[in-house]
Amino acid sequence: MAPTPIAWQLATVRDVLVETPHAKTLVLDVPGWTGHLAGQHVDIRLTAPDGYQTERSYSIASPPEDAALALTVERLDDGEVSPYLTDELGPGDELELRGPIGGYFVWRAQDGGPLLLVAGGSGLVPLMAMVRHRAARSSTVDTRLLLSARSSGDVLYHDELARRAAGDGLAVHRTFTREPPAGWCGFARRVDADMLSQVGPPPSQRPRIFVCGPTPFVERAADLLVGLGHDTAAIHLERFGPTGGERS
Amino acid sequence: MPTFSRGFHGRRVDVDPARVPPGQYVTRDFPVLSAGPTPHTPLDEWSMTISGAVDQPVSWPWEEFLALPSETVTVDIHCVTKWSKLDTTWTGVSIDTLLDGVETEAGYVTAWCDGGYTTNLPLEDLIDGRAWIAYEYGGERLEPVHGGPARLLVPHLYFWKSAKWVRGLELREDDEPGFWEAYGYHNYGDPWKEQRYQGD
Repeated sequence: MAPTPIAWQLATVRDVLVETPHAKTLVLDVPGWTGHLAGQHVDIRLTAPDGYQTERSYSIASPPEDAALALTVERLDDGEVSPYLTDELGPGDELELRGPIGGYFVWRAQDGGPLLLVAGGSGLVPLMAMVRHRAARSSTVDTRLLLSARSSGDVLYHDELARRAAGDGLAVHRTFTREPPAGWCGFARRVDADMLSQVGPPPSQRPRIFVCGPTPFVERAADLLVGLGHDTAAIHLERFGPTGGERS
Repeated sequence: MPTFSRGFHGRRVDVDPARVPPGQYVTRDFPVLSAGPTPHTPLDEWSMTISGAVDQPVSWPWEEFLALPSETVTVDIHCVTKWSKLDTTWTGVSIDTLLDGVETEAGYVTAWCDGGYTTNLPLEDLIDGRAWIAYEYGGERLEPVHGGPARLLVPHLYFWKSAKWVRGLELREDDEPGFWEAYGYHNYGDPWKEQRYQGD
């Protein structure tokens, strides 16, 4: 029996939320959405008047429990697609997408924990879907989130994370690699082995680990986690962007 | 009838559109797709093995593998995550060379790798000068992040079929889905037919 294709469908922009100076969240109504798992992504397809098309993948920020589908898009100044999504789209516009895509970089509340989530910049997006899913299911799984950002202005979902970290087994750690906020006394350096040890959980607790961010960030974090003795099979990675280049 | 994206004009790069499969964009970067940590196998523990439905498995340690006749090819590569990279130059050993003298009834191959990754391909896609085990990229040793010391190179299929950190080819009479194939990606992965996911 041939598998059913993942069909293209038309979403309608319900709302556009400003997250940071460089990132917005598109809140989409997707009629007939079949549901997704926290950590999955969608493919977006844009079509120009002459028929030219291009596609990109974006992580889903919303938990499966939400009625609307939320995508948080970081604007890449030299990008072809992200400036269109962040600058051009508004409520009522239509957007072609298909999904959900990906079945490896996912976490379901019933998978349990403990959980270690490590985000570089906008790599937070699929991990946020996990944090939100955890909350929606009233899970109290021991969850440690380590978020690396250049400056406080680059932190997605700042207020929501502060609120969610106030209870029930979720610890949020931040490190700022360029400009820590005034009076900051937390981590102010690139992710290193000592930081990962402090954030925990230790390898003896066999955490499920999810790391998402730019390729050099993810490579480095994964190597450090392996070096600390974490099980390589428990380390799930999602990389984006080029291998070289600048990385905070 | 396509749905036009209001206000979208696109930015075509200066390449022959006939070289870019549907939905792809051309990049000069070399992005990375992999699911787990990058393995770092010492070369003195590395070998390349042909096994499975063959009379006699055959294996080459690193130095012997490097001594096999090599080819340098310039090809376009296409990743399922949407980027394509044109005119990439690789050096490695043709699969035809590795299978020279091997008798088999197999129709399929599972490539297996350090780190546990696998991918499945029809045997006919690996022969007749269409696939290599590559150990140099752009005239330099292949970096671990891109699959070094050696990766499979099958440029006519989406690049997840070009398994990084490859250590062996298991010849099989049946077709067994590999890692991404079992997670919903297409079993064959022809970029020109946009076979990204199951059902495409």
